[in-house]
Amino acid sequence: MTRGRNGLLASAGLVAVGGCLGVLARALLEGRFPAAPGAWPWTTFAINLAGSLLLGAGLELLLRTGPDTGWRRTARLGAGTGVMGGFTTYSSFAVETVRLLEGGHAGLGAAYALGSVALGILAAMAGIRAAAVLHGRLARRRVATGGHR
Amino acid sequence: MTTTLLVLAGGLGAATRFLADTLIARHNRLSLPAGTFLVNLSACFLLGLLTGWALAHPGHDGVHAVLGVGFLGGYSTFSTASVEGARLALAGRGVAALAHPVLMLLACLAAAVAGIALTNG
Repeated sequence: MTRGRNGLLASAGLVAVGGCLGVLARALLEGRFPAAPGAWPWTTFAINLAGSLLLGAGLELLLRTGPDTGWRRTARLGAGTGVMGGFTTYSSFAVETVRLLEGGHAGLGAAYALGSVALGILAAMAGIRAAAVLHGRLARRRVATGGHR
Repeated sequence: MTTTLLVLAGGLGAATRFLADTLIARHNRLSLPAGTFLVNLSACFLLGLLTGWALAHPGHDGVHAVLGVGFLGGYSTFSTASVEGARLALAGRGVAALAHPVLMLLACLAAAVAGIALTNG
């Protein structure tokens, strides 16, 4: 955990910097590919699935390489909690769903809601599995080549 | 100008999520992660309020972009919710892996509906 109030504020600062980058990327994509009213919100959908995959893979790799201290903690907070947390959004997803449901597109809204949540979890699982395989390969190669970097 | 404010608001939102999550984790006695749930629930209610207000008062796109896309988008998170669900599933906690995301979805949708209705009733 953080060492006192200063450590907590430093961590929050790290998350804020990462969050700025993630939010900027999402805003640019949403601006470039806006969702049409009454249509499947493809941009938010793709952002949320990609973010789930990347966060699953990233957190698993960090977890497997060592304890959550030093550079690993910095990476988890900055890139994970910050960038990926800011890049993906639950609030836009929920309001998009409600607008579809209330706008006479009940089937589309239900499919978007359930599809996003289910595929998001599957994407995170795929990321976790991929990171586990990658880490296993890297560890075996390190043993095969006699060990040290 | 709007983009700069939007990005700064997004960073502030992400930091608020981190602090809220840390605070909630300290007091959480459940065997389920509650921080992301409560953060997303409040974010969906607030974005509902903002969306309803924007529908009733057209022409404030900048406000909606900075507070909605920026702050609340940075504050709420989809990726952590997915990873929490995936970890429950991979840990063999099937019921929790199903209930946690479904409850979050239903609660967040209800919060967004309530928010929109309050400001665009």
